[in-house]
Amino acid sequence: MRKIDAEKKAKAAASRPSVFGPDIDLAAYSAEAEDHGSVRRLKELPAEFKDRAAYVGIDAEEDCRAGSFFQADHTVMFSESRHKGLEVMSTVEALAKYDWLEDYWWEAVGPDTDKYTAQAELKQNSGYFLRALPGARAEFPLQACLYMTRDGLAQNVHNIIIAEEGSELHIITGCATAQRMRSGLHVGVSEFYVKKDARVTFTMVHNWAEDMAVRPRAAAVVEENGVFLSNYVCMKPVRTLQMYPTAYCMGENSVVRFNNILLAPPGSSMDVGSKACLRAKGSRVEVVTRAITSGGDIIARGHLIGEVPEVKGHLECRGLILAEKGRIHAIPELQGEVSGIDMSHEAAVGKIAEEEIRYLMARGLSADEATAAIVRGFLDIEIKGLPEHLKAEIRRAVSLGGKDRLM
Amino acid sequence: MLQVRGLTVSVAGRTILGGVDFHVDRGETVVLFGPNGSGKTSLLKTIIGHPDYRVESGSIVFKGRDITGLPTDERARLGIGIAFQRPPAVRGVRLKDLLQACIEIRGETDGEIIDEYARRLNLEDFLRREINLGFSGGEIKRSELLQLMAQAPDFIMLDEPDSGVDLVSINLVGEVINGMLQKNRRAVKRSRAGMIITHAGYILDYVNADRAYVMLGGAIFCSGNPRDVLADIRAKGYEGCVVCER
Repeated sequence: MRKIDAEKKAKAAASRPSVFGPDIDLAAYSAEAEDHGSVRRLKELPAEFKDRAAYVGIDAEEDCRAGSFFQADHTVMFSESRHKGLEVMSTVEALAKYDWLEDYWWEAVGPDTDKYTAQAELKQNSGYFLRALPGARAEFPLQACLYMTRDGLAQNVHNIIIAEEGSELHIITGCATAQRMRSGLHVGVSEFYVKKDARVTFTMVHNWAEDMAVRPRAAAVVEENGVFLSNYVCMKPVRTLQMYPTAYCMGENSVVRFNNILLAPPGSSMDVGSKACLRAKGSRVEVVTRAITSGGDIIARGHLIGEVPEVKGHLECRGLILAEKGRIHAIPELQGEVSGIDMSHEAAVGKIAEEEIRYLMARGLSADEATAAIVRGFLDIEIKGLPEHLKAEIRRAVSLGGKDRLM
Repeated sequence: MLQVRGLTVSVAGRTILGGVDFHVDRGETVVLFGPNGSGKTSLLKTIIGHPDYRVESGSIVFKGRDITGLPTDERARLGIGIAFQRPPAVRGVRLKDLLQACIEIRGETDGEIIDEYARRLNLEDFLRREINLGFSGGEIKRSELLQLMAQAPDFIMLDEPDSGVDLVSINLVGEVINGMLQKNRRAVKRSRAGMIITHAGYILDYVNADRAYVMLGGAIFCSGNPRDVLADIRAKGYEGCVVCER
């Protein structure tokens, strides 16, 4: 979309509330942030930045990473590809470098979706551009971190991820806040383009300050035989998080899978959904959500739309309520527009069965150990198609998150 | 090893065991007969410390220590093990992980022993599976025994280990129980003891028991030689026990 058109649309939507989630007063957040400068190597980041980023899977040593992007508040401190088939830069830089990027800019997500997308257009603070050239396959993932340090800041990023034909792109992305930071707003627009025969795995771990408002806005366009796997892990307190990423299966035999792992401590409100539009024969989607509340609110949405015959979709949501005041609301939606589609869902919300805890206690585990074992097992989603080191990252994030809150 | 005296137990305000007295000595295996609803499983659940089973009076003394008020996990750590008749499936927890926890609790570090136990019970393919999820009746029985092997308790309670087990498997089940109860040693050399609930008594063709108790209406009704008691029950049914009492 041309800049001028995007701006026009954004302006028209500047006060449009989101369909879901509590409305946020954008004026309550500041746009001013200090310039953090740049570093020549990721490991030269300040110690606290590295520590907090490590928690969300960002390795400052860059061992087993094909490249890195690091943005603190509005400053892109580091971006580098270590693999010749991959490109890593800020979207500001990419827009200046590639005229053709306009063809992707705001094509998957509308700038006028709501006031958050509008703000991302009108007050953009960079974001990352990650691209795998045709046929490129890196053994290791790229890593990208969006970090916030300033209390009360609004960080509005716009990310573009393109996997060109036949390429493979693995991404670990982490969002985190500085230890002392309490409140802020993060708006993150992410547009994914998965070309013919390409494969993207996107693993996102969030670790926000307790009083953060977070509004990611993401969509993926998946072409013929393309594969888009999205894993989202949020196990730390966040005042309000609302996201509903959408995948469009545009090409035949395209595959989409969303895995969401959510843990809502007291005071947290998470409204997280995954949506897929199956628009080409043979396309498939699976959404798996594991939600645990230890006192917070979780709305777990899912919406599959079968628009053509011979498509398949499945939604699965399981929720565990570990505290009296916790609430989980699973809202699975299946929408069939034609005959010849195969779509299903299963959802279960409840507490851990006392009988199971007692059973494990009869083997000598304490009540806490038994609960922890069951919770660990609950979160251990068998994530198909992920490289082993990414699985390990997710396991690590899950166990770290769980340890603090539950064990 | 285990002394139960005057044990009266209620569940949700209803008395289900009324003054149960019995004991099991080191090296012994006792068998518990009784019709459905006579309180056999309730007795086992009370001994393991199920919180729904409230002890109104009486005591449970294990290896000289009064355990009447102890929580289940502490009883297990002291050396009481149970193979449940109908255990729940535990979604998300793999059998191997539980077995690993069991051997760690007793201070064993060599994880290979788990594979060896699993081989003996033909359960190697089940180690990666979630506990009891989708297991057949016979597989559940063997999985319960596998967990007991990993626990290695001194006092072993088996709730109907022979129900729903085919003829080939019951032989294996019997062998494993004999192994756990150290039946290859002379009675005085054994350090363990066991209590087996059996409905039909099939397991007694494979495992020798030293003494039988008959439960009726929530109390121990009589005791005697297991084969004689079983023969009487087979001949006259539990009604015969009632007549006998008169």
